[in-house]
Amino acid sequence: MSQVPDTLRYTSTHEWLRPEADGSITVGITDHAQAQLGDLVYVELPAVGKALTAGDACAVVESVKAAADVYAPLTGTVLARNDALAGAPEHVNQDPYGEGWLLRVAGTLPSDTLDAAAYRALTESA
Amino acid sequence: MPFIAHTAQDVAAMLRVVGVPDIAALFDEIPPALRIEGLPGVPDGLPEWEVGALLTERTAGDRNPTCFLGAGAYQHHIPAAVWQLVSRGEFYSAYTPYQAEASQGTLQVLYEFQSMIAGLCALDVANASLYDGASALAEAVLMAVRANGQAGRRVLLPRALHPAYRATVRSIVARQGIELLEPGFDATTGRTVLDAVDWTGVAALAVPQPNFFGVLEDVDALTEAAHAAGALVIGVVNPLALAILKPPGQWGARGADIACGEGQPLGIPLAGGGPYLGFIACREGLVRQLPGRIAGRTLDLDGKDGFTLTLQAREQHIRRAKATSNICTNQGLLATAATLYMSLMGPAGLTTVARQSHAHLRDLRERLCALPGVTPAFSGPTFNETVLRLPGDLPRVLDGLLARDILGGLPVAEHYPELADGLLVCTTELTPPAACERYATALAELL
Repeated sequence: MSQVPDTLRYTSTHEWLRPEADGSITVGITDHAQAQLGDLVYVELPAVGKALTAGDACAVVESVKAAADVYAPLTGTVLARNDALAGAPEHVNQDPYGEGWLLRVAGTLPSDTLDAAAYRALTESA
Repeated sequence: MPFIAHTAQDVAAMLRVVGVPDIAALFDEIPPALRIEGLPGVPDGLPEWEVGALLTERTAGDRNPTCFLGAGAYQHHIPAAVWQLVSRGEFYSAYTPYQAEASQGTLQVLYEFQSMIAGLCALDVANASLYDGASALAEAVLMAVRANGQAGRRVLLPRALHPAYRATVRSIVARQGIELLEPGFDATTGRTVLDAVDWTGVAALAVPQPNFFGVLEDVDALTEAAHAAGALVIGVVNPLALAILKPPGQWGARGADIACGEGQPLGIPLAGGGPYLGFIACREGLVRQLPGRIAGRTLDLDGKDGFTLTLQAREQHIRRAKATSNICTNQGLLATAATLYMSLMGPAGLTTVARQSHAHLRDLRERLCALPGVTPAFSGPTFNETVLRLPGDLPRVLDGLLARDILGGLPVAEHYPELADGLLVCTTELTPPAACERYATALAELL
């Protein structure tokens, strides 16, 4: 059973979002997503300052036998990216909601994101 | 693994399962208008002895002229052991080795090939080969545009780069929203000039070394100029020349980012234009943009060395439409030949071949330029090729040379109208001073 923290927002494409105190939004992929991909070997992240459009591919997570796009869950600008993943992509597997975060984005939380219950229902029905 | 053809019974059994009457029925969806029943000039099958007789008859008129023709394909000596070994069944029928458990020998050869190419280029990683030098450059251009995505989609292919390579790149990338620009060359030195270049949105500069005229470019200055403008550098190199030239990985302060080229000089014969062997190498940071197969070395569960295809998430069978390339195979047989050639020659052997090829060009140029009216077209330094200006009717001179068993070179006017009297001549270790002297004597009779 994958972890779906109640405090986060989610997308149907398995990204999570967390509004921070400074108004920015941290983005990652869910525990369910990392479990489906298997052991990650590489994470490709957009440059700081890049403009993101909600729904467009913005990052790539790659395991030994698969590579998947990560879709921007909101429109905004990349404020920071988790460069530690370049040397330790396994953080995404081990701690997807903590050390495995991908991006911090300046933008507004979209109204159409899912709450934990809705995302849990989505992954359990799949 | 042996190749075992299907018997008629096998075929009939499979057709029964599929539910079609014959093999032709499998192609029903191709409209008749698009089908070709026969190829013009190509007869139906002949008995083996008739084919033998026909080919003997056709080749009777061929001679074996001394070859001073290069222009991207070079006649070097190939030790007999190379093709003796390549022709072994284990290599000869090997296809892309998906199954590591059944393909350790093939995978190791590809790994050694990659290691040797990376070593020659002084770059971190090479792939298991591409189809030929020209398409390898096209892949390098696509790779550079992907890797340098922020910078833009314009790529500089200097006019002094091989015309066939430029045409191939244009065929492959022009409809992918990539703009190709062709900086010119200095009329005196024959070297690429970037003075007039607008660097806005330039993702990469291709640097030929040597260039099509045989001239050695100022690779450090070109590399620095491109890097200063935020563009990547693609070295387009003759691998044999790298035995004595500064490798792409050491050009300028940071080195070229990608190197590619034609592997034919490494043990592959001139054979009517192919098959040839493309290679491509890059620095480690670009490896996920590298196209094609990559063999890797690892440890198995028992801790023993083993080889396997690696970084496959770049490729079509995993990445689908977003793969780095539609290339999902390699030139395995020719990569094997190149690996054997480099192994047998060793660094010292490659250096000897490169030095002799270069020394013979100096000899040839001296002898030919002693003839009245023959002058070098460019003053830039050279490796094993150079453009000479000849007085008189070039096609007639070349015919005359051929009648004297000398393949005299390539007129460059077709691609460079400003060099209407230009002849690109080439030397290798197989054109020693005695051969150069024969060339000069024959040319003196014809001018």
